[in-house]
Amino acid sequence: MLFPTTSSPQAPPRVVITGAGIMTALGRGWKPNAEGFRTGRTAFRPVSHFNVSRQRAKTAAEVDLPATLPPTRLSAKQTARFDRAASLLLLATHEAWQQSGWEPMENLPFVLGTTAGGMSFGEAYFRQAVQTPRRHRHQPTRAFHYQPQVQARTVLEALGSNGPITIVSNACASGSNAVGHAWELIRYGQAERALAGGYDALTELVFSGFDALQALSTTVCRPFDARRDGLALGEGAAVVALETLESARRRGASILGELIGYGTSIDHHHLTQPHPQGDTTLMVMNQACATAGVTPEAVDYINAHGTGTVLNDSSEAAAISRWAGRRAATLPVSSTKASIGHLLGAAGAVEAVVCLMTLCEQWLPPETLFETPDPACSFPIVHRPQDARVNTVLSNSFGFGGVNASLVLRRWT
Amino acid sequence: MSRIFVTRLGAVSPAGWNVAALRTALDRGNPLPAQSLARPGWEKPLPTRLVPNPSVRPEFLTHPRLRRTSPITHYVVASALEATARLRVDQDPRFRLGLVVCLQSGCVNYSCRFYEETLKDPATASPLLFPETVYAAPASHLAAVLGNISLASSLVGDPATFLQGLSLGAQWLDENRVDACLVIGAEEINWILADALWHLERPAILTAGAGAICLCREPEPSIGVELAAITDAHTYSTQNTRTQAARAMRGQLGKCSPGELLCDGVGNSPRTDAAELNAWRDWTGPRMSPKHILGEGLMAAAAWQCVAACDAVAGGRFAAANVSLVGSNQQAMGARFVRADSAISHLSTGRSPGNIRP
Repeated sequence: MLFPTTSSPQAPPRVVITGAGIMTALGRGWKPNAEGFRTGRTAFRPVSHFNVSRQRAKTAAEVDLPATLPPTRLSAKQTARFDRAASLLLLATHEAWQQSGWEPMENLPFVLGTTAGGMSFGEAYFRQAVQTPRRHRHQPTRAFHYQPQVQARTVLEALGSNGPITIVSNACASGSNAVGHAWELIRYGQAERALAGGYDALTELVFSGFDALQALSTTVCRPFDARRDGLALGEGAAVVALETLESARRRGASILGELIGYGTSIDHHHLTQPHPQGDTTLMVMNQACATAGVTPEAVDYINAHGTGTVLNDSSEAAAISRWAGRRAATLPVSSTKASIGHLLGAAGAVEAVVCLMTLCEQWLPPETLFETPDPACSFPIVHRPQDARVNTVLSNSFGFGGVNASLVLRRWT
Repeated sequence: MSRIFVTRLGAVSPAGWNVAALRTALDRGNPLPAQSLARPGWEKPLPTRLVPNPSVRPEFLTHPRLRRTSPITHYVVASALEATARLRVDQDPRFRLGLVVCLQSGCVNYSCRFYEETLKDPATASPLLFPETVYAAPASHLAAVLGNISLASSLVGDPATFLQGLSLGAQWLDENRVDACLVIGAEEINWILADALWHLERPAILTAGAGAICLCREPEPSIGVELAAITDAHTYSTQNTRTQAARAMRGQLGKCSPGELLCDGVGNSPRTDAAELNAWRDWTGPRMSPKHILGEGLMAAAAWQCVAACDAVAGGRFAAANVSLVGSNQQAMGARFVRADSAISHLSTGRSPGNIRP
């Protein structure tokens, strides 16, 4: 029963990550992504999925999908119905699953963040619905597969598993919220294991929306740079396999890292603009560190939300400076959106996996196009590839609507 | 685990802008009249049940954040204000209110308008519309109106997701992260959504609105209703059909005692209703099917089921009420609400509802 639960009165279990899957414009899977993030490669190119000739911005970080999807328990007919978003989700989930070494199971929670789900089906539905003469062909399929819970269900089935699906849609904080929510499910005693992550594909409506808001950069995406002029969009997915430390040890699993803290709250300031001083950001960073039992002095790197917009970065810079205090002067910060763009509902999950990479491989991801620090930044921006001793990292995510989230991860030794 | 009580309820439906209107419509037991919604390019319109305009313009619409919002936000805010009316959340800055907004289709009006403008010419698509297209917009606006929401999440899924939202709210309360938690299910309507429903479930009549349940830990502020159980989420798959999932949900709610109410999600779609009807075929007690009266409100309909069940218990008509939600494409879930004897009942109609079939 979901309620009442039989939650244990003991201390919450430690939660570790035993599998991670990632799909971004840098490549498919851990290795090409780690290499790309380590060197600060940027992956932007002219948009090819839809016509952007009338948009201000013309580029995005598009993913090259493989010609075929990995073999799963799905039929060819089922995978033929996948749109880009579902394909991205399947690829990331499959990698995380393989790495975890889990066997198919019942009652495996699958917690996902997304802003758009199968938006491309919705767009196709709309385009056909407004045409005359009316045609119904494919419309029922589009109406059905448009829904993210259907995509999640199909991907879970691809792994031979079944379990409760939770779709979190807190705009661009969705991915972090999904990972945090799964972490809480395990700590609360509702599950021993969970898959969690985020996914979003590039779509015309969303690209046009950010372009209409003049939030997209018409030059290059340079988070925290004094000359920044906006964000760049990307697409992708990331999924992590979370389980109790006891479960991982019992089966002798390889542990990639430990998720030790999570904080989330909502900023009431404005639908699309953060509080100028980052009050809610400060609150969630404090919450995450309080649950993790760490202070700013113990944090070795912050993967910032860092979209590259003027308002977001100045607000986040203020919050980080207030949170870190004197530690700010030596606390390395960067935004990997400089490499792969803003992945919206996938961003928080992808950035959590980037944090895992820094913990496992001991480097910091640079923003290689960063030149001039914004005066609001009292902290150093990582702008050259560098190896580093990284034991504890913090990842920030904020969304339209004001939901903020922070995750704290620790190296597993 | 803490006991969880229902503090108050809120509803906006085709019956009107409060729980009393919902109750009256359900008590009468007659399907509300349908209105025609024009479908461009088609002579035959789509039948829908629209939310009537409020008799007086709601005061909350003067809030600056609600200036450009679409109907779904109005429904969310109206139901939330009704469900928090006694909490005086705006008078105690230390009061921590949680918010879970559950949606299936979400902000379809502005999404379609914005995409239509994009297709015409993206260079002139309105930047005012786009932020209102995101699933999280209604929760954000409500947080701005109420002012002291400390924790919020928007969940997307089929209608059974509303019970996941209730479970999340109960968890936040149990962990003492909030002092009360609003759980809202909401939808709005446009011709594209009605067209999509026509493709998937032809006999259904689409409707819109919101239902809100406010949860708390203490019995004192409650309406005399306690959340007794939420079943597991029985997710559909090729190995676990909708019929099997519905049966598993039914099994978890247990054998019900005489005098208990079943508030089900059966509408007027024989194909869609079959799994749920099968799961409850041995039910001999009183039964209420709000969709017969109100129509297919997707997530809002799930919320109305729970609101109607709680209202029936709060009104003293039943000692307990079971809610059955066999979702369209994700999961089957059920819940059970019981009379909290230690709580004070503030709502009592004492009338026997006409929609409840013995």
